[in-house]
Amino acid sequence: MFERTDAGAGGQVGFFFEGSRVEARAGDTVAAAILAHGERSVRTTPASGAPRGPFCFMGTCFECLVEIDGVPNRQACMVVVAEGMDVRRQEGAREATP
Amino acid sequence: MRRVDLAVIGAGPAGMAAAVEARTHGLSVLVVDEQPTPGGQIWRGIEAANAARLQVLGDDYAAGLAAVRAFRDSGADYLPGALAWQIDPEGLIDVSVGGRSRRAAAGAVVVATGAVERPTPLPGWTLPGVMTVGALQILLKTSGLADDEAVLVGSGPLIWLAASQLCEAGRPPRAIVETVPCGRYLGAARHASSLFGASDYVSKGFKMMRRVRAAGVPVYRGASDVRIEGRERVSHVAFRTGRREHRLETACVALHQGVVPNPQVARLMRCAHEWSPAQRCFLPRRDRFMETSVPNFFLAGDGGGIGGAKAAALEGRIAGLRVAEKAGRATGSGYGEIERALKRDLAVRPLLEHLYAPSPEILQPADATVVCRCEEVTAGDIRHAVSLGAPGPNQLKSFLRCGMGPCQGRVCGLPVVEIVAAGRGVAHDAVGYYGIRPPLKPLTLGEIAAAADDGEELAAE
Repeated sequence: MFERTDAGAGGQVGFFFEGSRVEARAGDTVAAAILAHGERSVRTTPASGAPRGPFCFMGTCFECLVEIDGVPNRQACMVVVAEGMDVRRQEGAREATP
Repeated sequence: MRRVDLAVIGAGPAGMAAAVEARTHGLSVLVVDEQPTPGGQIWRGIEAANAARLQVLGDDYAAGLAAVRAFRDSGADYLPGALAWQIDPEGLIDVSVGGRSRRAAAGAVVVATGAVERPTPLPGWTLPGVMTVGALQILLKTSGLADDEAVLVGSGPLIWLAASQLCEAGRPPRAIVETVPCGRYLGAARHASSLFGASDYVSKGFKMMRRVRAAGVPVYRGASDVRIEGRERVSHVAFRTGRREHRLETACVALHQGVVPNPQVARLMRCAHEWSPAQRCFLPRRDRFMETSVPNFFLAGDGGGIGGAKAAALEGRIAGLRVAEKAGRATGSGYGEIERALKRDLAVRPLLEHLYAPSPEILQPADATVVCRCEEVTAGDIRHAVSLGAPGPNQLKSFLRCGMGPCQGRVCGLPVVEIVAAGRGVAHDAVGYYGIRPPLKPLTLGEIAAAADDGEELAAE
């Protein structure tokens, strides 16, 4: 389990992961907040449907792709949580919508 | 369109130092960085770190505060949260900020995009719960998060640094599994001559190891045959030491095999590269002023070859000074002192490169191991395609889609080069690397369309 080791400096922010409200710390990236919430996986792959979770935390590996406020394929480790943000898992391949 | 004397890509030690140096000579400087705050990965989150966190992360981390302040005070225009997604040889740079793209024109460009962790293809490395040691450290730096189940696996100074920081934070890792062959520590004695001038780094290394030992963390030395097990997520990590089999239960495995230059921008620019047997990766060719084979295009810091934060800042200064000199704003003096400091700081590298050379099992993974995580291509798939005649990484794309997923070869690039070189029995230089093309990261079509007819200036906030 990932747990906080210090009191931190910022306040709390709330966002939604799969529709449920999650409390995070101001300054957390979406990926960090999801791990702190106890989740390890954020998506399944388009190729085989295998589960994947955040891996590099610095924008390199693209494993932490999620949908944020309706925009798919966002790097969760590169986006800082904002109040009310709507974050969704990405299951399998994207569907093209005309 | 915004015009500047110098554009710097990346606000880590090298980028900040280049910007500060160029500003000292009166150049106009634009700094573009993907992170929300300056410092790069090494000093990530430093401006927000409170006293407790600075204590946990140590003096070398806290030293970044002075560098960040000097950068903030330099008068360089700083664009955080900004992605330079295209750079052309004339110095035109397309930058995306907050979903909008703007263009800048720079007389010179210093790329300071640093290092990435060497990819570590091992059985089970795609399971949720597996991450890199760098990732563990970033979580501690930016969010104060730690997992006391973490098992750190691999080789390199970062393993000991991260582990000692986790101990200091009161969350020692469950174990360290070091894949350094035991004989290497003896072989490292051959590099004892490099210890002169590097004793500071060596004593820091021993101090970190003692800190971890004192916290009671089990350390398995000389490990090999690493396998990560689990169904939907990690449950165990198995490995061998000598003839003994081990299997540790954990939900968190952190892998590391050293760091290598982040090649994306230099490859985008078609800079000439050469294979470095010592660093086991390609390095962009540079002159003594950090200029690449593309005129007025400089590369400073770990992106040009691994040297660490202090060396990176020195290289940034050299590049910034050279840009000013070429612009007629500085004389050609002043390099000597910086170069001497750089040479002293790099004295420890041959020792580290020998001691922490990557494990054979990640350089030549087993056939069943996934190498391209995005498209789920295995080492065996790649070997088969090579046997059918695929000569290099770019042809493997057509054969296997390898390197064509979301990360665009950032993770599989080096392992693919290693497998092809071994399969064909040729030098790495003959294999080459993925062709990197813009945009460097995905953009929406709407953003590109809006950028085409927008005359609005790119400006710092």
